[in-house]
Amino acid sequence: MTASEFEIAVIGGGLVGAAIAYGLAREGRPVAVLDEGDIAMRASRGNFGLVWVQSKGLGMAEYAGWSVRGAGLWPQLAAALQADTGLDVRLEQPGGFHIALSETELERRAAMLMRLHNQPGTIRYDYEILDHARTRAMLPEIGPEVAGSSYCPLDGHVNSLRLFRALHIALGRHGGTYLPGQPAQKLRYHGGEFRITTPSSEIRAGKVVLAAGNGNARLGPMVGLDVPVRPQRGQVVVTERTAPFLRYPVVTVRQTDEGSLLLGDSVEEETDATVGPAVVSVIADRAARMFPRLASLNVVRSWAALRVMTKDGFPIYDQSADCPGAFVATCHSGVTLAGTHAFVVAPRIAEGVLPQEEFEVFSAKRFHVPAAA
Amino acid sequence: MFRRLPEAGGSTVTITLDGCPVTARTGDSIAAALIAAGIGHCRLTPVSGTPRAPYCMMGVCFDCLVVVDGVGNRQGCLVPVAEGMRVETQNGGREIGR
Repeated sequence: MTASEFEIAVIGGGLVGAAIAYGLAREGRPVAVLDEGDIAMRASRGNFGLVWVQSKGLGMAEYAGWSVRGAGLWPQLAAALQADTGLDVRLEQPGGFHIALSETELERRAAMLMRLHNQPGTIRYDYEILDHARTRAMLPEIGPEVAGSSYCPLDGHVNSLRLFRALHIALGRHGGTYLPGQPAQKLRYHGGEFRITTPSSEIRAGKVVLAAGNGNARLGPMVGLDVPVRPQRGQVVVTERTAPFLRYPVVTVRQTDEGSLLLGDSVEEETDATVGPAVVSVIADRAARMFPRLASLNVVRSWAALRVMTKDGFPIYDQSADCPGAFVATCHSGVTLAGTHAFVVAPRIAEGVLPQEEFEVFSAKRFHVPAAA
Repeated sequence: MFRRLPEAGGSTVTITLDGCPVTARTGDSIAAALIAAGIGHCRLTPVSGTPRAPYCMMGVCFDCLVVVDGVGNRQGCLVPVAEGMRVETQNGGREIGR
């Protein structure tokens, strides 16, 4: 058994862990990422590559602001990654659509967005409800079943495969250490430092950041953190590459910079990551009703992943009271929030405190309320 | 580069490649007919625009993609030729609706 020592250990090398570790390394902190490796069933596998704002934050106004801030930090992140790695992550923020396939869907959508934007303390930003004709003016390929859409100019998308690679390369360029094949089995706080046991080594660190997605539920209590998360299945379908035809990302249909179409994405209360024809056919059917000429395309891949969900759907950022220096970050939107994780969360962790005024709302303490009788 | 075996039988059919007539034999796949006719490439890749020609001839490599009678991204090695078939070079990604 070998032992090594770092100032900060990040547990989990998915999009959340990689972004935080990159931010820490940029701050000049000796950081190590302990990762299961490419075999990990990371939540990142279920990402759709959206940098997304509209519809986020109903029930927690601060999360709407957090998402707007995340989208706003993205150009800076893309530029920093390009400077560090030479990789262009193909960020585009032309605005994005949510398409409604019936008048009822459109009315529900409009009502939901109105409730969201009427919440006290919700950040003000533009969005529009568009009828069929106005939607078609921007998305000429829509079919006759499209009743309308919501459009938000802050939305966009990115090549998430390039993002993942760029974060890992940039981490290394800033002196960070990536340790694959090192799943954290046990965590102990002892004498002011953390000891992390993996199958082949013990790693010691002054601080520890749990970014292990659904694994945080198991790891958190070892350092005095409650992380009530559960897996939620999502399935994604990818078509062959086609010539560009979709100028804007739609929340369930987007064309990548290389021409593939991603169709998604389901939300299922399932705990096994298997793909099934029932859900995939609904995904494909809805996409083809939105854009009928998609129906002739060949599907080349489909897969399922387990995403990370909290009871209220909002992220958890927390610090341990019992074990100072232990932090947790878990969320559903590792792509949208990548810049926030690198440039906002990481520097606070480096300083050792998540300031109350910014982070208390995201603490898991919000779940510790007595249940109504 | 490629020559037909002298004993190859079959009757002659004519297809077109990008509008030009190409003579093939019944039983040829489109890919076989194109390489027998001496084409240099049958598609340009969607990402970099690199020219590609049929390679594996057994449905695996997808390098023989062509447009067949107006339908894009057909695997030329898996489609038998037919009289009057219109084959076009697949230039980059398939166009939506084609």
